[in-house]
Parts: sequence; structure tokens; C-alpha cells
Amino acid sequence: MPIHDQGYKRYGGTRSHGRAWVVIFTTGVRAMMSNRKWIALMILSWIQFIVRAVQFYIAANFSQAAIVAPSAATFRDFFDKQDLPVFIVTVWLGAALIAQDRRANALQIYLSKPLTRIEYIFGKLSILMAFLLFITWVPAILLLVVQVVFAGNFQFLTANAYLFPAITVYALVEVVMVSMAMLALSSLSANSRFVGILYAALIFFSDAIYNVLRMVTGSTSVSWISLGNNLAQVGDVIFRVPLRYETPWPVSLAVVVGLVIVSGIILERRVRGVEIVA
Amino acid sequence: MTETEPVVSLDVVSLDNVTVQYGSNRALNGVTAAFGRGAIGLLGPNGAGKSTMLKALLGFIVPSHGQMRVLGLDVATAPIDIRARIGYMPENDAHIPGLTAVQFVAYCGELAGLPGADAMQRAHEVLYYVGLGEARYRNVDTYSTGMKQRIKLAQALVHDPDLLFLDEPTNGMDPKGRDEMLDLVRDLARNKGVNLIVSSHVLPDVEHTCDHVVVMDKGRIAASGAIDALKQTRGRVYELRVKTPGDIETFFDRLRAAGLECHATDDDVVRVFVPGDGGAHQLFSLAAAAGVQVRHLRPSVATLEDVFAQAVGEA
Repeated sequence: MPIHDQGYKRYGGTRSHGRAWVVIFTTGVRAMMSNRKWIALMILSWIQFIVRAVQFYIAANFSQAAIVAPSAATFRDFFDKQDLPVFIVTVWLGAALIAQDRRANALQIYLSKPLTRIEYIFGKLSILMAFLLFITWVPAILLLVVQVVFAGNFQFLTANAYLFPAITVYALVEVVMVSMAMLALSSLSANSRFVGILYAALIFFSDAIYNVLRMVTGSTSVSWISLGNNLAQVGDVIFRVPLRYETPWPVSLAVVVGLVIVSGIILERRVRGVEIVA
Repeated sequence: MTETEPVVSLDVVSLDNVTVQYGSNRALNGVTAAFGRGAIGLLGPNGAGKSTMLKALLGFIVPSHGQMRVLGLDVATAPIDIRARIGYMPENDAHIPGLTAVQFVAYCGELAGLPGADAMQRAHEVLYYVGLGEARYRNVDTYSTGMKQRIKLAQALVHDPDLLFLDEPTNGMDPKGRDEMLDLVRDLARNKGVNLIVSSHVLPDVEHTCDHVVVMDKGRIAASGAIDALKQTRGRVYELRVKTPGDIETFFDRLRAAGLECHATDDDVVRVFVPGDGGAHQLFSLAAAAGVQVRHLRPSVATLEDVFAQAVGEA
């Protein structure tokens, strides 16, 4: 008998449904954490945290260093400076999330299992969001804790009570926008390199157009053209620091929300078990 | 069309007037069919609508009209419950990249709702069952075509489905691998109590594994029933070798005009289906009228190929 093993048995154990996105999430995180280069990137992404922690220590212990004492702007600046690690993590991890599945025809494997398209998308989204929050929200919150520890009192925290929700809200806005945009692009192609280039082009090209228009018009009121500038403008509002562009912040917020909605529509259309060419 | 008979009383899949449309092309055109328990072959030429039917049953494609039921559940309202109880082996190469075989199959088990430990144990068992036990720690990306076919079967089996959809299961396999795959499919249906729908255009594969067939052509059901019953056609089949003064197609046209079905085989023999009681006499008469010498004529047993050719030809 050419069958190698006749011992196939029926399964009599338990089954549960509705946790497929958790399976996708944990498998994705585990796969990334087994990559040494990825771990190195994660460590490098925390360098700013270490620098800021040293800054907080000096400000708390040396009165001559009052100039480097933390403020709300410090935390806003922390997020600005994390833009580069956020970009690298997004391109590295996000570009392949759906593109690789499309290349290997894995979508029909996933969607032939008892999971919905939304569960699949949420599972993939959660992988990218988790790592992005790990390099934005987690260190920012830890910086607040570090400040309290080094200062030995809650003065700064009570004076800036809005910082915890501000950090949380801004981190979520940034991570959701970036993750949704990247996931939508990833669903458009089976080539993850192409997706990465497309994302970089979207960021840099929109910024370049803004800079050209700013020079022509002499005004920053066209900042809504640049995706990154919209996020920065919304961030300034959340952290209650002076706005850096003349664009009304609701316009920037509308662009951010619009980008998330468009990304959702793209994902809804592209994530299917079968590609229909009418 | 060949006379349709009810397949079996307990249907695992039923379609009622189902239409699936891609733009102006109707991939399924008012299909009404029933698939009973056991192994059912879904036959048809390329583009007949076999894969479309399976994808519609999986909920990948929403029909523009009609109703489908799988294992007693409505596809439109309970697709998740249905997918929890079925396994799907897609036609084309499909896997989750970057994983070893055992990781891939266990992952599929977990996606289907099995606890992690159970999924891993089942993955090992199923990989041994499909003949990939020794290669289970290899990355699936490095697998040969035949191995990829086997792992597609393994991922479809890991959660122990009640119904398996196998879309062209022997695609790209060498003869030995093909035989082993067919034995597996047969074993699942005969000994393991798994219901199967085997979509294929390779007739011997279906004949080897299935007792019943549904023949599709141009988005419609051309014939369905037990293979043995379908072979017992009202008429006779003859194998014929002739010498013609001109083009043999002219002779074929005469046969067809007289209501006879004919198709050439690979080895210079023509198989002719003579309906009713006409018999060999009718064949000789037509050959004489066309000036064709009959060099060889032998009554033959109807095969699934005859059933298929007749069904598709008439559709």
C-alpha cells in the first residue's frame, strides 16, 4: 500500500472560533522576533529613550542643567524624532504583510478557514501596530515613569496631567494611520519591495510637493498635501504646543481620517479569497 | 444530456438555481445539483465552472442568484460555520510563506479553531499520513510541486473536516505521486468517513476515487449520477478503425448527422456511440455510403470518457 501511514484519526477535541486574529498576531510576532536583524532594529529604536532618560536624570539631579528639564514639548519632540524608526519598521514589516500572502496565494488558504476577512486584516494590522506601539507609546510612557522616578515627586506629572492621554491618543493616531496606509498598499501588489518603494514615494513625494508649493505661495497653509505634515499638525494640537503650519488642524485631521477610510476601502476590495477579473 | 438521477438521499451539498456572473460571462448558469455522501467527482473541461462552484460554496464568490447549502447550512448566512467543517485544497500553488511544513499545517489547524497543542499534534499526524513525515521540518518554499500538492491536502485535513473540496488534486504530480495521492483520496473517502468533492478534468482520477460524478460544461450541469449507472447508456459503444479516401472529419460529420456520437482516441481508434438499437449495421451502412473502408470494428464497454464526451457534446 503506497499510503505512508494509515493512521489518520478523526479529531475529538475542542474547537473555538473568533480568535483567529490572535493566532495570526502571535505567529507574526513570533516570526519577527526570531529574526536577529529585527531585534537589532528594535533595540536601535529605543536609543532615543535612553538619551532622554539620561537627559531627565541630569535635569533632576543637577540644577545647572535646568535648561534640559522636560516639558510637554519634550514628549512631542520625542515622537517627532521617532519618525525614522517608525518609517523603517513600517516599510520592513508592513510591506510584506499581505503582499507575501498574495505572492504565495495564501489568501485562499486563510479565507477557507473559519475566519472573516476582517479578522484576517485585523490580525495582520495588529502585528504592525504592536511593533509600532512598542517603539512609540511604550517608551514615551516609560519616559513619564522615568521622570517621576528621577525627580522623586509627581510635580511634573500633576502639572501635565494631560500628557498620558496625549501620548496615548497621538501614538494611536500615528500607528493606526501608518499601519492602515501600509497594509492597504501591501494588498495592492504581490511584490513587497515594490510596496515599500511605493510607501516611501508616497511619504517623500507628498512632502516634496508641499515644499515646492510652500516656496511658490510663501505660505504653509498647503501643508495638508504632505501626509507627514498632517500627522505633525494633529500631534501639535494633541500635545498643546504651538501649531507649526497655517493649515487649520481640522483639515489635517480630516486628511488623516480620510486616509484611514480610503485604506479600509482598499483592504475591503483587495482581501478576497478569489481574484475576479471581469 | 444524460439522464439525471438522484445521487443519494443525504446531500452534503446542494445548489438551487445558482448563477455566478463575472461581468458578462456566466460562470455558473442556473445550476441545480446535489452532492451526496462519499466521494463525488466534479468533472468538466477547463472553464466549465468547476472551480467557480467550489469557490462559491466556500463563500469566496457571492452568486447573483440562487441558494446553496453545505452540510445542511446556508452558505449565505453561515459561511464561517461551514468553513469550520470543510477543508479546501486549492487548484494552484498556495501556502503561507516563511514557515516549515509542520508550522504551516499547525498554523492552519489553529486558524481552524484547534488549540495550539492539538494543532501541532494533528500537524505531525497528518504530515505523516500524506507522506511528508520526513520533510516536515523543511521550509514549504523549498518543496517540489508534488510535495506542495501533498501539503495542500495536509492543511485541508488538519482540522478533521467532514467535507473536503479537492480542486485538481493531482495537478503537476509525477505518475507515482499521482497514484499515491489518489490512494490517499480513496482512503479518506472509503475508510475515514470523510466526504469528498473531487474537481478534475482528468477522468481516470475521478473514476479511481469516486462512485458518483457531476459533469459540468459551460456553467451548467451536463450529467450527474452514479458512474456505473451513467455508463449503462441506452445504446452501444464501438471501437472503429477506418480508411477514408479523404478527410476523416467528413466521415465524422456524417456519423454525427445520423445522430451518432464519436470521438477519436490517442491510438488511431474512433469510439462511436450508437444510440438505440441501431448497432453495427448502421455503422457499416454509413461507412459504405461515405466510401469508407471499415478495417476494424469491435463492441466496447462504455467508459467514463464516453459519458463525459456524450454529456459535454450534448450540453
